[in-house]
Amino acid sequence: MIEAVGLTKRYGDKTAVYNLSFQVRPGSVTGFLGPNGSGKSTTMRMILGLDNPSSGQVTIGGYPYRKLPNAPRQVGALLDAKAVHGGRTARNHLLSLAQLSGIPDRRVDEVLGVVGLQDVARKRSKGFSLGMGQRLGIAAALLGDPQVLLFDEPVNGLDPEGILWVRNLMKSLAAEGRTVFVSSHLMSEMALTADHLIVIGRGQLLADMSVQDFIAANSAGFARVRTPDTEPQLREKLSTALAEAGGHVLPEQDGALRVTGLPLPRISDIAHETDVRLWELSPHQASLEEAYMRMTQGAVDYRSTVDQKAGLQQPLPPGAQPQMPVPGQGQPGWYAPPPPQQGGQPFAMPQGQPGQPAQPSGPPQGPYGAPVAPAAAPNPYAQPAPAAPAVDTTKPKDAR
Amino acid sequence: MATGQVIRSEWTKIRSVASTVWTLSLAVVVTIALGMLISLLSKNEFDNMDRADQLSFDPTFISFAGMSLGQLAMIVFGVLVVSNEYSTGMIRTSLAAVPQRGSFLFSKITVATGLALLVGLVTSFVTFFLGQAMLGEHGAYIGDEGVLRAVIGGGLYMTLIAMFSMGVAAMLRSPMLSLGILMPFFFLVSNILGNVPATKKIGRYLPDQAGSKIMQVVTPVDNDTPYGPWGGLGIMMLWVIAALAGGFVVLKRRDA
Repeated sequence: MIEAVGLTKRYGDKTAVYNLSFQVRPGSVTGFLGPNGSGKSTTMRMILGLDNPSSGQVTIGGYPYRKLPNAPRQVGALLDAKAVHGGRTARNHLLSLAQLSGIPDRRVDEVLGVVGLQDVARKRSKGFSLGMGQRLGIAAALLGDPQVLLFDEPVNGLDPEGILWVRNLMKSLAAEGRTVFVSSHLMSEMALTADHLIVIGRGQLLADMSVQDFIAANSAGFARVRTPDTEPQLREKLSTALAEAGGHVLPEQDGALRVTGLPLPRISDIAHETDVRLWELSPHQASLEEAYMRMTQGAVDYRSTVDQKAGLQQPLPPGAQPQMPVPGQGQPGWYAPPPPQQGGQPFAMPQGQPGQPAQPSGPPQGPYGAPVAPAAAPNPYAQPAPAAPAVDTTKPKDAR
Repeated sequence: MATGQVIRSEWTKIRSVASTVWTLSLAVVVTIALGMLISLLSKNEFDNMDRADQLSFDPTFISFAGMSLGQLAMIVFGVLVVSNEYSTGMIRTSLAAVPQRGSFLFSKITVATGLALLVGLVTSFVTFFLGQAMLGEHGAYIGDEGVLRAVIGGGLYMTLIAMFSMGVAAMLRSPMLSLGILMPFFFLVSNILGNVPATKKIGRYLPDQAGSKIMQVVTPVDNDTPYGPWGGLGIMMLWVIAALAGGFVVLKRRDA
């Protein structure tokens, strides 16, 4: 159990972390999210006693880290994959860490096998790729078989096989009753791995809740309804009827309607009653990414601007089309709609409803199967859209 | 956490990087080779020297002439042992594993000092015997008064130089900054301060000038140094203690 109380860190007049209080409980994977520069790494360093808090405190199992008896046997951490001496072999690096806490040498070979580095154990780590470095860092964290594990961006640079492995590793560590605290920028990955979320922005706590609650509280699912393109009057008719029935209807750019506040069967009934044929009626569940984007919109420090390429613009070759913007992104409605009411069921959908794509039951209910950007949905009726989806949502959900 | 474990770990660290082997062997080779060369030249020049120089001719000290360059490699060794942790980021992994920072620094310095002492003593003895062989009839014998003290002192001197560098590196953290200050200081500044009459009185309290008195057997004719060989080594030790204490305070206080 990691517990922070009023944790604050100032560097000169810049406050990196302000009055942060949270608990990381054993038995589940706790995701630690926040935009760049929001204080995640600073918090991690304070947990490990590397940085001294300006005020407040953070304890592991009731002890401040520096007072923890035999810390490496209780806490394992991956902070920075490149934080190794490049001239040292992987095995010697781990050996030096193992000897610190009286861990037998054969454990080094064990963890090298666990992370899949046994073949390069006697190679200098400066030749390692980022992914191999991450594996080495994870090996170091696992070395003492600790009850508390901290990982800062563990999947950074890993190949798909490695990402899958880390995901399963985190879950199995948590299932063994350990405390697992993971920071990441990959929302899709977090949605699959974490049970609980701690979100910070500008050094302050934004959310501390389960993944499902977080998505429900910050973003709502919606239904997409499409009427025949050839008869625009049907669309108007249905819009009016849905609005009268209490639904909230937003037109989408390609002619579809985005409906919130009405369950799918009700939409179907209304369409039937008003004598409107439907070409599409599909449920869309908000993803963690959408919910996260909505929550942290105001807390992003480093935001990209449009590249004007002033003076660098090359004339387009004759006949070439200028690049279309990625659909959805940067346009109104890119974020999922907000939840209708605080605490309200965002998108009332009876479970096991026919027509709803089969979702694996139990947590975590990932965003997969529900496209993120509107235009990313495979839509046979839509006009040919530029190929690149806004966000990679195409990862197969059976990848776990 | 048992200190023995930390020391074992530090030994693994120090033996598993190439810089240890390179810097220490460079220190050995440069000290011995330059000592032999200067001994040989001194032997050939001996008959051309004037009376005063011949009287204060110190064959033991001459054979240690290579140390002025060899110590630079020792400085690099000391600096790299400590600042490698910072330049690679390894310090965060190390301190996460050893939250007791005093124990971490103490173990690291103990291991590096032990290694430097071993290498320093071997170098010192080899340098002495090879240097005397070059000097031939003008050479000294290990049994002569003060010679054994000087030869052991040469090993201690190299060790203390390395320790001083470790302390400075622990304070400054950056290898470039530490070397950028230490190298010119010991190679140029200290020599200039020690040879310009106006600053000579201050210069002789600098660590290398005071410490190198231990290797002197024959006192120069116009000697007015207010301390003896052990006194000089004592002054150097004070410098080392100050540097290490500074490094400890910085490590304890600052964020890693």
